[in-house]
Amino acid sequence: MQLALFIIFGALAVGGALNLLFQRHPINSALSLVVVMMSLAVLYWSLGAEFLAAAQVIVYSGAIMVLFVFVIMLLNAGEEEQTHGSRAAYTVGIPGAAAIFCLLSFVFLSERGALGRANVGGDLGNGVDNISWVSQTLFTKQLLPFEVTSVLILVAILGAVVLARKEQ
Amino acid sequence: MVPTAYYLVLAAILFSIGIAAFLIKRNIITIFISIELMLNAVNLTFVAFAHMWHQVSGQIFVFFVMVVAAAEAAVGLAIIISIFRTRQTLNVDEIDLMKS
Amino acid sequence: MSHLTNFEVFLLLSVIKVAVVLVITLMAVAYTVLLERKVIGHMQNRWGPSRVGPFGLLQPLMDGAKLFLKEDLMPLAVERPLFLLAPVIALSCALVSIAVVPFGAVTRVRGVDIFQVANINIGLLVILGITSIGVYGIALSGWSSNNKYSLLGSLRSTAQVISYELALGLSLVGIVLRAGSLNLRTIVESQSAHGLLSWNFFGGFQFVAFFIYLMAAYAETNRSPFDLPEAETELVAGYHTEYSSMKFAMFFMAEYGNMITVSCVASLLFFGGASSPFGHLIPAFGPAFLQAILPTFWFVAKVFGFLFLYIWVRSTLPRFRYDQLMSFGWKFLLPLAMANIIVTSLILAVRG
Repeated sequence: MQLALFIIFGALAVGGALNLLFQRHPINSALSLVVVMMSLAVLYWSLGAEFLAAAQVIVYSGAIMVLFVFVIMLLNAGEEEQTHGSRAAYTVGIPGAAAIFCLLSFVFLSERGALGRANVGGDLGNGVDNISWVSQTLFTKQLLPFEVTSVLILVAILGAVVLARKEQ
Repeated sequence: MVPTAYYLVLAAILFSIGIAAFLIKRNIITIFISIELMLNAVNLTFVAFAHMWHQVSGQIFVFFVMVVAAAEAAVGLAIIISIFRTRQTLNVDEIDLMKS
Repeated sequence: MSHLTNFEVFLLLSVIKVAVVLVITLMAVAYTVLLERKVIGHMQNRWGPSRVGPFGLLQPLMDGAKLFLKEDLMPLAVERPLFLLAPVIALSCALVSIAVVPFGAVTRVRGVDIFQVANINIGLLVILGITSIGVYGIALSGWSSNNKYSLLGSLRSTAQVISYELALGLSLVGIVLRAGSLNLRTIVESQSAHGLLSWNFFGGFQFVAFFIYLMAAYAETNRSPFDLPEAETELVAGYHTEYSSMKFAMFFMAEYGNMITVSCVASLLFFGGASSPFGHLIPAFGPAFLQAILPTFWFVAKVFGFLFLYIWVRSTLPRFRYDQLMSFGWKFLLPLAMANIIVTSLILAVRG
C-alpha cells in the first residue's frame, strides 16, 4: 500500500511536469506546476517531513505560484509561437535532458542496495515529533543562516518593489 | 517499504523534465517556472536523503531552498514585468537588443 | 462491531464521520444564509424572509431548488477547463478545513475519536495551507471568464486575500507559543484547565491577536467591511459575473463555508473550543452519553456566536475603499501582529 501511494503521487508529479512541457500557454504550465508541488507535498509527508509538506503547500504552491499566476494574468501575453530559436533548442534540449536523466538514474539504481528502504509514514525522529526537531535545530544550530535568509527576503522585497515600479 | 532509490529516480525524472522545458520553451515566464521545477526536484532528493540518514539537516536545507526560491521568484518576476513594459513581448528570442 | 478488525472499524467510522460532518456543514451553510437575511432584516427593522414555511425556515430549500433549476449558461469565449475548475476549488477548500477541527471532547470508540475527523500533528498549518489554496478559485474564475470586469475583480480579490493571509498566520503564532504545539486537540486541551479564565482570549491575554485574527478573517472571506470585490454596486458582480445557477451556488456556498470554518477556528483557538466556560465548578451530572454530547453543544454555541458577530458587523459597518483596505492590512495589522508575537514571547520567556 505504501508503494501504491508512492506510485500514484509520483505519476501525478511526472504527469504534471510533462503537461508543463507540452502546454503552450504559460498559465497552463503554471497550474501544472501547482499540481506537481502538491503531489510533492504528499511525498514529503510520506517521508516523515510534515513541516516541509505544510511549508510546500503554504509557501510554494500557495504564495510563490500565486505570484506567478498573478503576473501571467496581469501581463496577458498569450500563447507562445514556434520561433527560430526553439527549433534549434529541440535538437539539443531533448537529448541533453535524456542524457542527464540516464546518468542520474544509472547512479541511483546501481547503488540501490546501499540506499536502503524508506519507512513510509514511520517515525523518523526517535520520539521527538518532526516540527519540534526542525524548530530546535533551526533556532539553535542553524540560527545564523536563518537570520541571514530573513535579511535576504527583506532585500528581495525592496528590490522587487523598486524594479516593478512605474517610471514617473 | 519503498526503496529510497525510487524517490531519487523520481527526482531525477522531474529534474530532467525541468532542464528540457528550460531549453525548449520560448516564453520567459515558462522558463522561470521550469527553474522552480528543478528546485523542487532537488528538494525531493534532500528530503529522501534526510529520511535515509535520520538527520534533520536535509529538511533544514530544503527550508532554506524554499526561502531563497521565494526571494528569487519575487525579484525575477519584477524584472520580467519591467522587461515587458519596455519590450512589449515575453518571447526570449525577441529580447536581443544587446546582440551585435 | 466486534467481528471487525481495528483497521476496518477505523475506516468505517471515518467514512461515517466524513459523511455526517459534510451533511451538517452543508445544512449549516444553507441555514446561515437564512440566518443572515433574517438578522439583517431585524436590524433594519423589517422581517426578512418569513413567508416560506414557519418563520421562513423553508427558504433555503426553495433557494436551492431555484439555483438548481436555473439555466446553466456558459459563454462561448471562456476557457472551459478552468471555468469549470474554479468553483470546485473554491468549494472544496471551504469544506476540507472542517476535517481537522475537533468539535467535542475526546470520546473514543474502539480507539477512534468520534469528534474529530483527522487528528493531524500540524492541524493549524493544514488550515492555513487550505486557505492559501483557496486563492486559486478566485484567481482562476476571473481569468477564465474572459471578461475585463471579472479579471479586475478577481485580481483585486486575490491581492486582498494574500495580503491578509500574512496577518492571519502571524496572529496565530501567539496561540502556538502558549500551547506549545500545532495540534488542535492540544491547543483546545491547554485551555480547558480553569474554564473561562484559561481560554486564550481571557487568561492567555491574546485579545490583540484575537482582533487581528478577526479582521484578517473578515478580509480573507471577502465579507463586510472588506467585501469590495464582490459588492453589487462595484465592478458588476466581480469575479463571479459570468457564473450562473449551480456554479454560482458553489461560490456562494464556498463563501459561507469559509465563514463557518473561520468561526470554528476562532472558537477553538481563542475561546476554548469544546470546553465549557464553567470549567470544573459544575460537577459531572447525568448519564455518560450526556457528558459526551455537552461539550459539542458549547462548541456549536460559540460558532453560532461568531456567525452572529459576522452578520452583525456586515449590517453595521460601511465598506472599505480598496486602497484603505490594502494599507490597513499591510501597514497596520502586520506590524501589530509582529508586535504581538514579540510581546507574547517576551512574557513567556521571562515567566518560564
